[in-house]
Amino acid sequence: MLQQSGSDKAPGATQVRGSERLKGLTKCATGIRGLDEITLGGLPRGRPTLVCGGAGCGKTLMAMEFIVRGARDFGEPGAFMAFEETGAELSKNVASLGFDVPKLVRQKKMALDYVQINRGELEETGEYDLEGLFVRLGSMIDEVKAKRVALDTLESLFSSLPNEAILRAELRRLFRWLKDKGVTTIITGEQGSGELLTRHGLEEYVSDCVIRLDHRVVNQIATRRLRVVKYRGSVHGTNEYPTMIDEQGLSILPISAMGLNYPVSTERISSGISRLDTMLDGKGFWKGSSILVSGTAGSGKSSLAASFVDSVCSKGGRALYFSFEESPDQIMRNMSSIGLDLGRHVRSGRLQFNSVRSSLYGLEGHLVAIHSLVEKFKPDVVVMDPITSMSSIGTREEIKAMFSRVIDYLKNRQITAVFNSLTAAGDAQEESEVGISSLMDTWLLLRMVESASERNRVLYVLKSRGMAHSNQMREYRLTNDGIQLSDVYTGAGTVYTGSARMAQEARDRAEAEGAVQKASRQTRELEHEHASVRAQVESLQAKLAGIEQDLASSRNAEKARVQAEHGDRAEMARHRMADKQRKGAE
Amino acid sequence: MTPAAPAPASPTPKSGVWSLKLYIAGYTPRAVRALDNLKEICEEHLHGLYRIEVIDLLRNPKLASGDQIVAVPTLVRKLPVPVRKIIGDLADHERVLVGLDLRSRPR
Repeated sequence: MLQQSGSDKAPGATQVRGSERLKGLTKCATGIRGLDEITLGGLPRGRPTLVCGGAGCGKTLMAMEFIVRGARDFGEPGAFMAFEETGAELSKNVASLGFDVPKLVRQKKMALDYVQINRGELEETGEYDLEGLFVRLGSMIDEVKAKRVALDTLESLFSSLPNEAILRAELRRLFRWLKDKGVTTIITGEQGSGELLTRHGLEEYVSDCVIRLDHRVVNQIATRRLRVVKYRGSVHGTNEYPTMIDEQGLSILPISAMGLNYPVSTERISSGISRLDTMLDGKGFWKGSSILVSGTAGSGKSSLAASFVDSVCSKGGRALYFSFEESPDQIMRNMSSIGLDLGRHVRSGRLQFNSVRSSLYGLEGHLVAIHSLVEKFKPDVVVMDPITSMSSIGTREEIKAMFSRVIDYLKNRQITAVFNSLTAAGDAQEESEVGISSLMDTWLLLRMVESASERNRVLYVLKSRGMAHSNQMREYRLTNDGIQLSDVYTGAGTVYTGSARMAQEARDRAEAEGAVQKASRQTRELEHEHASVRAQVESLQAKLAGIEQDLASSRNAEKARVQAEHGDRAEMARHRMADKQRKGAE
Repeated sequence: MTPAAPAPASPTPKSGVWSLKLYIAGYTPRAVRALDNLKEICEEHLHGLYRIEVIDLLRNPKLASGDQIVAVPTLVRKLPVPVRKIIGDLADHERVLVGLDLRSRPR
């Protein structure tokens, strides 16, 4: 009974403690791009984290970046204890990443110590402990008031110290001691064989967070990956994430969009097609924006990009063209058919092609290649044609993550980027294959319209952030003199393009002419009527005048007759000798 | 602990005084044991030819990295060269003598 009541209480008690601890778990941002996203904030603060992996997977870099970024960007000094490389070697290795370790050491933001144990000169007699190591680490921590500690690679102690029992006991003590000090620690360990994460089972001592780095070849493509194996008391991404090492250090790919705080330009850049510029608020693209051009096969995406490149280079700008399906010569030949001479820009050094099959490297490899080429060439405009060919080397999410990286990177450098995306025929046109349309500022859609046994191209601006863009469709024509945009005719739910459009144009012209003719005919008719009415009026007036004359003369005649009658009567009276009475009676 | 006049009966070369450093972290029983053992061995085998310096890392932590000290106690033979290190409380005198090159390594 007693036992039972005790055990009834115990789980409740631990639960309370557990939730308190969950609440109390704070995280220590590493500043390593992508890692803080996966771990939702960083490593467990005040606790040790084990980073394990094989040779060359980036363990040391990760530990060093954690310390350097902490000291430099987060105001948290750090202590780095190296067991395999000297401080000078380490400093040199990370100098290329822009990490100035000697400077941080001078500023007392970072302490660096190299622990070297030469087995050959060591003899062991009797009991000992590793207090020397503790003292050294403690003195480093005190010296810079370190909040972060890295031990790289602690496991090398196993090969230098003969007594494993003492070593294990001391390691256990070390981790407890580090926790008591409240420092956030990264311990690196060599990859173990079989079920062991590390060769000497360091995971036994580090139970809070374990991260595994991996460098392997998949489909003949070398890829780096990172996985959070364990993170006690915190949710975390459990996938294996592609990882790369570039000139800024380690970076893990699933990144939403690192700090959306790039500078924006108020400058505009012409698309190279004047009527397209007109559609885009009359001024073209925003400088530094990202533009998606999507369309089915043969809809003219490359031509649009080439036209833009030609315009930029002609004005003295620099363009970098990444082609994943065509060779530079092929692009140049094909573009000469629409009157674009890209060869002259290549010769003048303003245009550089980089044609590689997408399968040549992994996604991270492409990222590295893009970064290094952009850094070297310093273009104003970058074209990627087509980004959909990446779908063979990564999942949709990975590709989206990669391109959000690319876009962030290019935006930070104010580089305008055109991404061509192939939509499969029959797909919803508005659905971009790699799902990156939301990352884009401007989206131009090229569609093929079938009518009257023709396929014609239609372009419209699906979206364009930050400008009053046209909502109209334009027929997109590839002519010998480049790209031409024409108005399209819409009516009764259909779009007229090509010959249908021309027929419609002719019809319209005829109609217009007819209207003109009709108007002049009407005028003439009215003039005619006007004249005829006027004539009628005139003749009637003449008639009236005649009638008036007749009337007057008839009146005169009557008067004369009456007078004559009177005269006759008087004559007669005189003749008959009638009385005057009679005349009065009358 | 202090240099003495050269003694005749030394099994080792005429190179002069042996310079020995014993690194400890506080005067723990183990450290005291190590020092006692060391003195005993030196008196027996290097009488008057040695100098022992005890370095307490708790008081001088900076000195640990110079001789690459990890374990304590560590005995470092600075002179004669080459440098030798012996870790532990020096309880096994035979192994200490081997470690100090005062006796050839057992086959």
